[in-house]
Amino acid sequence: MTFGPSTPKPSPDQLTAHGAEHDHGPYEAVFTGAARAELDELLTRYPNKMAALLPALWIVQRERGWVSDDAMAEVADVLALTPAYVKGVVTFYTMYHQHPVGRYFIQVCTTTPCHVCGAEGVVDAFLQHTGCGELGVTSADGRFTVIEVECLGACGFATPVMINEQFLESVTPARVPEILAALT
Amino acid sequence: MGYPHRSHERETPVLSKHFGDPAARTLQGWRERGGYVALEKALKMDPAEIQTIVKDSGLRGRGGAGFPTGVKWSFMKPDGKQHYLCCNADESEPGTFKDREIMRWTPHALVEGVALGAYAIYATVAYIYIRGEFTEPLEQVRAAVKEAYAAGILGENAMGSGKTVHVHVHQGAGAYICGEETALMNSLEGRRGNPRIKPPFPAVAGLFGQPTTINNVETLTAVPHILNNGAEWYKQFGRPDNPKSVGTKLFSVCGNAARPGNYEVPLGFNFGEFLWDLCGGAANGREIKAVIPGGSSVPFLTAEECRTAIMDYEGFVAAGSMLGSGGVIVFDDQQDMVRQIARLCRFYAHESCAQCSQCREGTAWTTKIMERISAGDGTVRDFDTLLSIADNMTGKTICVLSDSCATPVVSGLKKFRHEFEAKLKPTPGVVGYGSTATAAAAPRAASPTA
Repeated sequence: MTFGPSTPKPSPDQLTAHGAEHDHGPYEAVFTGAARAELDELLTRYPNKMAALLPALWIVQRERGWVSDDAMAEVADVLALTPAYVKGVVTFYTMYHQHPVGRYFIQVCTTTPCHVCGAEGVVDAFLQHTGCGELGVTSADGRFTVIEVECLGACGFATPVMINEQFLESVTPARVPEILAALT
Repeated sequence: MGYPHRSHERETPVLSKHFGDPAARTLQGWRERGGYVALEKALKMDPAEIQTIVKDSGLRGRGGAGFPTGVKWSFMKPDGKQHYLCCNADESEPGTFKDREIMRWTPHALVEGVALGAYAIYATVAYIYIRGEFTEPLEQVRAAVKEAYAAGILGENAMGSGKTVHVHVHQGAGAYICGEETALMNSLEGRRGNPRIKPPFPAVAGLFGQPTTINNVETLTAVPHILNNGAEWYKQFGRPDNPKSVGTKLFSVCGNAARPGNYEVPLGFNFGEFLWDLCGGAANGREIKAVIPGGSSVPFLTAEECRTAIMDYEGFVAAGSMLGSGGVIVFDDQQDMVRQIARLCRFYAHESCAQCSQCREGTAWTTKIMERISAGDGTVRDFDTLLSIADNMTGKTICVLSDSCATPVVSGLKKFRHEFEAKLKPTPGVVGYGSTATAAAAPRAASPTA
């Protein structure tokens, strides 16, 4: 039995002080224009700003694909929190990417009900056909990252797989090539 | 997978009646199916009156704990404070996928139940906390809330009643522990999902420090049916000799079952009939070896125990397990129970919030030992160590995640000890020079000087 990472592994250049974004010019704020308006609307739903933290981080991830340290600092600023506090929250949850991931982020459920139905075979098939080779590693062409995930909550439809926002049910190793071919 | 199975005359679709019917997802479709009649009726009643009806119906929490819903609601008094209702839609218990289907197929049923529940506990704001992975249910419930606001069902003047009911959807971000009610409140407040010590109970100081009630999706969805048909109607579902467990319940069936899926049956149903007649027994003509009847955190039942167990809160306890969330995980006779228990431990080790040392260390330690036994490197002393760790993990932490990890280990050692023993490392015999015994040969072969 292998212990698969539940979060993607950073490449060495992502381990610099402030993540990869610094290598590509100055940080551009997320919460301007429509995203800022969306956040302002969200803030009306809660009695304080802090409660909008998870939704704000979701907006960042949707806009940027991942949540960098700079983005955490921005979120902290707009919600009147500290960057350290925001990082503490981000690291608690498994769905916020703290490093860039492949264009298709593939999560395969391998918790017990799926495990008894052969989920390990599905993981192996994804690793093989995406060229990732290893869990949590992004394929050389930048298209795929495959991880094992704990219980996707669709146990009767083993094996459930999430590719970005798309939820697939009853995935078998044989279906994997066809699923990958359908991704554009 | 098609819905519903409806292969058996005793299936009782109340909450699952419109599963598989896309037309039921829209506001218009839901109204055509009798939707929002209960809410309209409720908004004309006094909240205390609704609390009494729900109390009389005998409805109990369907999230796992089974606390009487009406009693929980009756803790909320009109005290002038801001009250909150939280709908726990962070369904993450392995084996359980009923709330997902309720939200996928009948999102308005949930919105109606939440709005009704909020009004009944004197709350003007309710949050539906949906786990982040549930992308489709999230989309459906968000769309339903939007439609309900547009139609004036929610808002400052809900259904023209002059009452205020706001319902907001809040997306989780991947943490099993957030299904625990106090962790859910922390998460909703923008914190790490660490459970809180009780007391104070949420009814006293919950979300944002205000009196709060937290109910499961299935519980809240049942309430409009009770308002429409009356408490007596709801009580008809159940066994006559057990008035403590009434109503219908959704059971999620998975693992090696021949026909996995969601089944709604009255509480008090016979588990043997359920497993073999409704769910078709084990897949591929195999035999059932073991079943976890209520989500991964409850004890195993052997096939023999399943035949006579009764599917309600008391019946499963009498059989040596628990009703829990109703997630039925089936293991066939080919499954290696040691390996599966090790996998379950790994889940809990991954999901521990690490706040309590008994849980943080216990789940990791248990996982390591179980994986060692599973790999054939365990010794008989590991059994005592496991039981000792499990004892220290049970009843000694802020929440029950730690207990949930200990449960399959203790239960597995009790019921499948022979499988644990069969995996132990062979005890080496006393071997002297000149012996040709295998135990002595192996280290010599590995030696660099050999």
